[in-house]
Amino acid sequence: MNETPALALQSEFPDIVRGVARQSGAREQWRVDVSKDGVLPVLTYAKTRLGYCYLADITAVDYLSMPNPPEHRFAVVYVLRSREVAEPLVIRALVPENDAVVESVTPLWDAADWLEREVFDLFGITFHHHPNLIRILMPENFDAHPLRKDFPTEGVGYRDDFPIVTR
Amino acid sequence: MKEGFLVTSVKDVIRWGQKNSLWPMSFGTACCGIEIMALLGPRFDLARFGAEASRFTPRQSDLLIVAGRVSIKMMPVLQRIYEQMPEPKWVISMGACASSGGVFNTYTLVQGVDQFIPVDVYVPGCPPRPEALIDAVMEIQQIIDQGDVTIAQFKAFAKTRNPAPGQPLLQVERGPRG
Repeated sequence: MNETPALALQSEFPDIVRGVARQSGAREQWRVDVSKDGVLPVLTYAKTRLGYCYLADITAVDYLSMPNPPEHRFAVVYVLRSREVAEPLVIRALVPENDAVVESVTPLWDAADWLEREVFDLFGITFHHHPNLIRILMPENFDAHPLRKDFPTEGVGYRDDFPIVTR
Repeated sequence: MKEGFLVTSVKDVIRWGQKNSLWPMSFGTACCGIEIMALLGPRFDLARFGAEASRFTPRQSDLLIVAGRVSIKMMPVLQRIYEQMPEPKWVISMGACASSGGVFNTYTLVQGVDQFIPVDVYVPGCPPRPEALIDAVMEIQQIIDQGDVTIAQFKAFAKTRNPAPGQPLLQVERGPRG
């Protein structure tokens, strides 16, 4: 495996990988853009063949009101780490707003369970075939996704909506 | 009459006992909780005010110290803890977050616990020094000393603890299997 892992992914999945970029600066690392339907095969290949056995994080980005937004509003970002190299590998799947569904990676890593629940809770992106996709941080009766950029920072009244206990 | 008598009223004795044996229940959810630890420790030593018996259960406490941020998920818990405390009870809202939300003007954070539970004394600071909390406890002692409601509350409390003869101390409902 002399090839760069990001380029190996690109040559292995030419239909799925949309682009490969070398991020510069303090976070110098490879980022692989994939289509949202190809998340599971790409991550399976990265785990089983490229040695990225550790799922460090799953998070999401809302590109609403960004100056130069990509083609879709959301992105689900997977950060993978390997025992062989110190550098992480970032895999980004752009997700459209009207079809915000991504295949779950819980078959690959059990750690993805809570990470995907967090993304679902805060961004409203659903994960197909997730074993238990319910809210993890916000209360059960909360019906918004607060890390979306169109959600107001002060909220929509939940923090003022409690019974008043008197003496 | 021999020597060694002291004449006073029952009211004063009860108040004297209450204010010098406050049992705090610290509801520490953030860095203010660290200051409470210092307060209970030897350097600041809340035992000098008779309030060192921190129980961490609301049912044996009469002073609730709300210390730190209270999120929308924690507020029902705090209300339940307040309601579980036996009368008479007092509440200190410690620090900027518990009193007003502090710097966290966000969707998850209750902007002051006094909106939803009664508060007797506020402590400013972020976090307040233990000396400020000692001052608040002394303020509570003054409230107890001057208060009128505590006697009625004490009688109501005593009634629950001294049932009529023949009645069990605690009414426990039992299921079909005993």
